Amino acid sequence: MNRVIAKEYLSPYVAQIIIHAPLIARKRQAGHFVIIKIGEKGERIPLTIAKADADKGTITLIVQKVGLTSHKVASLNAGDEIDVVGPLGNATHIEKVGTVLCAGGGVGIAPLLPIVEAMKKAGNKIISILAAKSKDLLILENEIRSHSDELIIMTDDGSFGQKGLITAGMEEILKAQKIDLCVTIGPTIMMKYASLLTKKYNVPTIASLNTIMVDGTGMCGACRVTVGGQVKFACVDGPEFNAHEVDFDELLMRLGGYKNEESQRYQKELEKTR
Amino acid sequence: MVEQNDNSHRGLREEAWRKELKKSIPARERTAIDRVKMTEEDAALRIKGHMEVNKGITAEMAMQEARRCLDCPDPQCIKGCPVGVDIPTFIKYIEAGAFASAVASIKESNVFPSICGRVCPQEIQCEANCIYAKKLNKEPVAIGYLERFVADYEYMASRVTPPETAPSNHTRIAIIGSGPAGLAAAGDLVKHGYEVTVFEALHEFGGVLRYGIPEFRLPKYIIDREIKNLQKMGVKFERNIIVGKTVTFSDLEDEGFRAFFVGSGAGLPNFMNIPGENLNGVLSSNEYLTRVNLMGADKPDHDTPVYFGKNVAVIGGGNTAMDSVRTAKRLGADRAMIIYRRSFDEMPARQEEIRHALEEGIEFLNLHNPVEYISNGNGHVSRIKVQRMMLSEPDASGRKKPVPVEDSEYFIDADLVIVSVGVSPNPLVPRSMPGLHVSPSGTILVNAGEMNSNIEGVFAGGDIVRGGATVILAMGDGRRAAQGIHEYLQKKAKSVE
Ligand SMILES: Cc1cc2nc3c(=O)[nH]c(=O)nc-3n(C[C@H](O)[C@H](O)[C@H](O)COP(=O)(O)OP(=O)(O)OC[C@H]3O[C@@H](n4cnc5c(N)ncnc54)[C@H](O)[C@@H]3O)c2cc1C
Ligand SMILES: Cc1cc2nc3c(=O)[nH]c(=O)nc-3n(C[C@H](O)[C@H](O)[C@H](O)COP(=O)(O)OP(=O)(O)OC[C@H]3O[C@@H](n4cnc5c(N)ncnc54)[C@H](O)[C@@H]3O)c2cc1C
Ligand code: SF4
Ligand code: SF4
Ligand code: FES
Repeated sequence: MNRVIAKEYLSPYVAQIIIHAPLIARKRQAGHFVIIKIGEKGERIPLTIAKADADKGTITLIVQKVGLTSHKVASLNAGDEIDVVGPLGNATHIEKVGTVLCAGGGVGIAPLLPIVEAMKKAGNKIISILAAKSKDLLILENEIRSHSDELIIMTDDGSFGQKGLITAGMEEILKAQKIDLCVTIGPTIMMKYASLLTKKYNVPTIASLNTIMVDGTGMCGACRVTVGGQVKFACVDGPEFNAHEVDFDELLMRLGGYKNEESQRYQKELEKTR
Repeated sequence: MVEQNDNSHRGLREEAWRKELKKSIPARERTAIDRVKMTEEDAALRIKGHMEVNKGITAEMAMQEARRCLDCPDPQCIKGCPVGVDIPTFIKYIEAGAFASAVASIKESNVFPSICGRVCPQEIQCEANCIYAKKLNKEPVAIGYLERFVADYEYMASRVTPPETAPSNHTRIAIIGSGPAGLAAAGDLVKHGYEVTVFEALHEFGGVLRYGIPEFRLPKYIIDREIKNLQKMGVKFERNIIVGKTVTFSDLEDEGFRAFFVGSGAGLPNFMNIPGENLNGVLSSNEYLTRVNLMGADKPDHDTPVYFGKNVAVIGGGNTAMDSVRTAKRLGADRAMIIYRRSFDEMPARQEEIRHALEEGIEFLNLHNPVEYISNGNGHVSRIKVQRMMLSEPDASGRKKPVPVEDSEYFIDADLVIVSVGVSPNPLVPRSMPGLHVSPSGTILVNAGEMNSNIEGVFAGGDIVRGGATVILAMGDGRRAAQGIHEYLQKKAKSVE
């Protein structure tokens, strides 16, 4: 059992929680995630380790409320207990390649943060491009800025930065300069179009896939994705893959797998807390 | 495969009470007794819930069944048991009403009789070799039922006193994985006085016993009480720790762990790589059973979801397939069916499970194989294209191979498909231990006697060494490894002196 140390809202739908987890904090590298579970009857869900402090023995998770369990995570407060296991997945391959375009959307900016940080440390030039529906939903702008050489912000409604989809901003950059690697994390539909775009410009691209998971250790196969025509388990083979080889349409389909079952349970929970 | 058979039963057979007992009933009378019938929950009722199907036998029934055993001079039954339980001795204790002695004698070679009595494939192991089945053409002595009976009796009578443990020798040993292999190793090592810690990746202990085998076959309280017992003996349990990820072997060495037993199981589900297998509603039996058994997904107050299929097809014919299909029935399936490419004769599941499945209205589409899953148009499976199969003439190895019947494809409606076609070793530990020798299929290579791997101080057993095997084999491995570790550490201590 681990204990929550602090909680804060970054936007109306996104909460940041700091958890005491010294073993994980010590081992964690960019790209790693944890599986959390709340209470005896809780469900196991994966969340990326956005930050870690090995000295303090803490990890930071940033969660967007999309359903029952993410809602419960966001409702935690300092002192509450939570099961955490990790770090899981393969760490991001960090290397000096030249110029890296880091494209993050929505809560995907949280898992992007440690990668931006590590890529910068490795000596790359970092161009970050962040997208959100509107200004108040944009998270971690300052943190990303502090590790980036350039930062572009896009909002759907134009309430901040440039108005438009992330791909519009990306295309401008891809046209203007040579990009050696693109890392994209965000809603699956965004990653799909970001990946199609970089393919057009022949820029190697990595996407971090947010499949449905249960155990996170390779035991169940709930997280299967098709990459380059082969079935992979995102938790042990990923979660990052060569975006140009990912079957995003299948992933989008699989993410909807438990929609009915989940939304019924979520509705019940919302009624309870009302 | 009999390792612990040291012929001690020969001495015991000569004891006066036992000779007396043998004489008290003539063999002809003994063989005239009918095999005991297990009391079972009614099929119509049991599919409404998760209650244990086998309700156990009474002390009278057990003593009557024990009378059937002829206390054979050269008991073949023992040779069928992978850990060499001294079967006639424990049965004769039962006949004499000395239940405590019966359990004690079983526990010399099998530490979890209440589990093995329930899940061992007796019909191909101990009972297959019983003289009744081999020579007399009668039903074998119900060794499994008797084993379960005395083990449960011991608990019900609160007679379980944790075995004596030697005083601590302050030597730490790490066990990786809390399945039967890990638990058995932990039990033996703590008895020798070692400080044993079991590390488990999941949030609960027991391995497949917890997340795989359903409540209706192995109630969770049985696993709980075995774990509690080990805790009382001094074994420490750490959950949510993945060795190789959360902590590495070298971290554990730094913390003073002097030897390791890897019992990390064969957790990786296999798929068949046929079209449509990634549709929603097609999942591995590991996922399905984990959702239900570990996460409580069928209960409305638990957060994890599960599909409640109306037409459920389970692909495969092993224990895992039977457990999945019978679980689906209990979760309300109108039609729950097995699709298996061979026939009943080749089915690897325990016979009793197949019989119970039939009683519960499970349909068996034997000599059938899925070739494609078809979507309902929204990404969820709605139909399966199956192909009929036939068995070829036995090949050189004597095995009949299933071969497709040409132009025999047709469609079956199914809104839930559970793929149960075997598992592969969990690669987490081997991947985190460079230099560890593994087979091409990913199992850890060990020396069969001591169970030591090529890395000094690292031992392994159970499914991670054998691929998907059985509870009793995993347990036997754990015990042999415990002995191997003990000898290794003693030798090492001597060489330091
Ligand atoms: C490796 C990995 C890292 C992740 N890191 C983060 C993170 O740092 N922060 C964060 O907020 N989320 C992250 N996610 C996604 C997060 O796990 C899901 O949002 C969460 O499982 C939803 O659970 P729920 O019970 O709240 O919602 P559910 O009720 O399960 O789902 C609500 C809706 O969201 C969709 N959904 C379900 N599962 C996912 C999923 N895995 N990803 C996207 N949509 C989903 C479904 O279509 C569903 O309708 C990560 C996922 C993975 C696989
Ligand atoms: C559904 C099902 C039904 C079965 N029915 C029967 C039956 O009726 N009779 C029978 O004899 N056998 C049966 N079996 C087979 C039997 O359960 C297995 O052979 C046995 O459990 C193997 O034991 P084990 O200790 O090697 O591994 P497991 O029981 O698989 O346990 C391994 C444990 O190690 C943990 N682990 C893995 N990696 C790590 C790590 N890096 N760090 C920490 N922990 C880790 C896992 O989470 C798991 O809990 C069945 C199997 C299944 C799946
Ligand atoms: S351990 Fe299994 S095989 Fe051995 S005697 Fe008991 S039931 Fe039979
Ligand atoms: S073979 Fe059968 S009858 Fe003979 S000792 Fe074993 S159980 Fe008893
Ligand atoms: S989450 Fe279960 S195998 Fe990946």
